[in-house]
Amino acid sequence: MSTVTTTSTDDRVVTRSWLAQVMGRPEVGALIGAIALAALFSAAAPAFRNITNIGTILYGSSTIGIMAVAVALLMIGGEFDLSAGVAVTTSGLAAAHTAWYFGLNVWVGVFIALLISLAIGAFNGWLLYKTGMPSFLVTLGTFFILQGVNLAVTRIVTGGVSSNSLNDMDGFNSAKAVFASTFDVGSVRINITVIYWVILTIIGSLLLLRTRYGNWIFAAGGDAPAARAVGVPVVATKIALFMGVGFCAWLLGMHLLFNFNNLQSGQGVGNEFIYIIAAVIGGCMLTGGFGSVVGASIGALIFGMTRLGISYAGWNVDWFFTFLGAMLILATLVNLYVKRKADAR
Amino acid sequence: MTAVSEHPSRTVEHPLLEFDNVGKSYGNVQALRGVNLTVRQGEVTCVLGDNGAGKSTLIKIMAGLHDYTEGEMKLNGIERRFGSPRLAQAAGIATVYQDLALAPLMSVWRNFFLANEIRTGPLRMLDIEAMKSICGEELRKMGIEIPDLERPVGRLSGGQRQVIAIARAIYFGAKVVILDEPTAALGVKQSGVVLKYIVKARDAGLGVIFITHNPHHAFLVGNHFIILKLGRVVLDAHRSELTLDQLTAEMAGGQELAELSHELGGIDAGKVVAPHEVRHGGVGAPELDDSADGSADGSADGQPKGTA
Ligand SMILES: Nc1ncnc2c1ncn2[C@@H]1O[C@H](COP(=O)(O)OP(=O)(O)OP(=O)(O)O)[C@@H](O)[C@H]1O
Ligand SMILES: [Mg+2]
Repeated sequence: MSTVTTTSTDDRVVTRSWLAQVMGRPEVGALIGAIALAALFSAAAPAFRNITNIGTILYGSSTIGIMAVAVALLMIGGEFDLSAGVAVTTSGLAAAHTAWYFGLNVWVGVFIALLISLAIGAFNGWLLYKTGMPSFLVTLGTFFILQGVNLAVTRIVTGGVSSNSLNDMDGFNSAKAVFASTFDVGSVRINITVIYWVILTIIGSLLLLRTRYGNWIFAAGGDAPAARAVGVPVVATKIALFMGVGFCAWLLGMHLLFNFNNLQSGQGVGNEFIYIIAAVIGGCMLTGGFGSVVGASIGALIFGMTRLGISYAGWNVDWFFTFLGAMLILATLVNLYVKRKADAR
Repeated sequence: MTAVSEHPSRTVEHPLLEFDNVGKSYGNVQALRGVNLTVRQGEVTCVLGDNGAGKSTLIKIMAGLHDYTEGEMKLNGIERRFGSPRLAQAAGIATVYQDLALAPLMSVWRNFFLANEIRTGPLRMLDIEAMKSICGEELRKMGIEIPDLERPVGRLSGGQRQVIAIARAIYFGAKVVILDEPTAALGVKQSGVVLKYIVKARDAGLGVIFITHNPHHAFLVGNHFIILKLGRVVLDAHRSELTLDQLTAEMAGGQELAELSHELGGIDAGKVVAPHEVRHGGVGAPELDDSADGSADGSADGQPKGTA
């Protein structure tokens, strides 16, 4: 019989190095990708280096990022929302139609649109809970329902495919100032959506990492039955996440409405995937329980840089989606690799 | 122990938890039938029984995970139905489940405080430092040292995970701590620590419900023993009415154990056999004794002996 003297602390585990801990963060892959892309486009496209174009790039990123923040939180909570793209249009149309049809102050329409957007989110969450179906199917259903409603109601109200112009109605100017104004910082023109995007990213990230509710989001996405068993209100958590998507859809819908003055009823289809891609590039796992809000925002930034970078570089913009798809796969691989490296250390 | 004088609440008439003819069916499976039992504070109640006897079902009713379909459950003398585990927790019942794990991608400390987060400041943000230090401290007391509490739980060993779940239940259990086979995955040392904790929780005046397959473990700490068989209580005895041998015998169905030891008598446990390779399926099924598998599994009746 042989015995080995052991110390009381486990000496097999060496404390992970600072670098390994940083590399273990979900958003690292996206950050590396964003830097690489910025370098690539700076080299390939002189216009990309032009300081005034920063505002344009940030604006494009913000219209994805506002949604990506909410979609990422939802994905970390273990669910998808395929209706997120059309829900933006639904919200804008709801505001436009109610204000125009009843001749109300546009702020009344804005408020009703908020209620409708939150209700759509709550409905998605509730249906998920009631049916026990995967959110992929539930929200695919909502996606088609909303798409049809957008087209049909617009036809009924306006007789056409786009909402009526609101720019001579009460409250339009103040609503435009809130949702669709710009201001200059030096020679860079910043759209107010960029501010909203940054605020949402900060709030979303704090919510996820520093509050009790964030803990519940991770747990609900990581192992819902176990989370429920220790007392996490999983259903309420998920319904709230869907309502968060509804809220962001409303914010973006209001921006689009007041920026362009009217909305096309068929708009927004397909954008849900772009939000999901941004979240995945940012390190969110499709299976839930892991991810980062900051990462999703970097994913949105990657999206914005790519879209404009390709056109600034004079490449054929038809390639944009191909480029995006390739990047999604690359980002997923990088994330996996980085995660494995960090784990192995 | 002077626990009685320290905890006058123990002298109230009602037992902490009382089951009166409780039944539970999962569709057409009657997992529990006519169960009567009482759990008192300051006592360890051991629940024993074969696989599938209904032990986990019993504690899931107490923990608010399942509703019962017959009879009534009383907490402090008042009939209760916990609509969710959250309500059971609010009533002071903390549980370690056999089959519900921790969230694998979440860090150790986040798992430990899940649904019991410590918050601080006007914004009610998480007090991460406090949670980490308490978590590390509690785990050290249980005999495991995890240097990096940020480490995802999924990358710990099964036993370490089990210890976290137990440490958490004992830390947060206000009145009742339910442990469903807590020692099944643990080493000798950690099992010993868990048993010591059970005694400590009892001494602190909690009610402990300890589910195990191991009559030795049960007899080391239990005040009160309940044996379930096919969803019914077949034995409900105080420690003074029973010896370890009797408990072991009762658990195995008495007669059955005698037969098992008779059957295994001929196996020669000390024998060493020279290594061989065998074809797939080359190891034959053991000879089954028809009379031995009586009531536990009626379906085997009438099967030809020793089908291979
Ligand atoms: N969710 C469920 N749905 C349907 N039947 C179930 C469910 N959970 C348990 N059962 C059945 O109820 C019976 C009792 O199961 P239970 O898990 O309570 O047994 P147990 O005594 O804990 O067994 P073990 O010692 O193996 O843990 C079994 O026949 C089982 O198949
Ligand atoms: Mg069990």
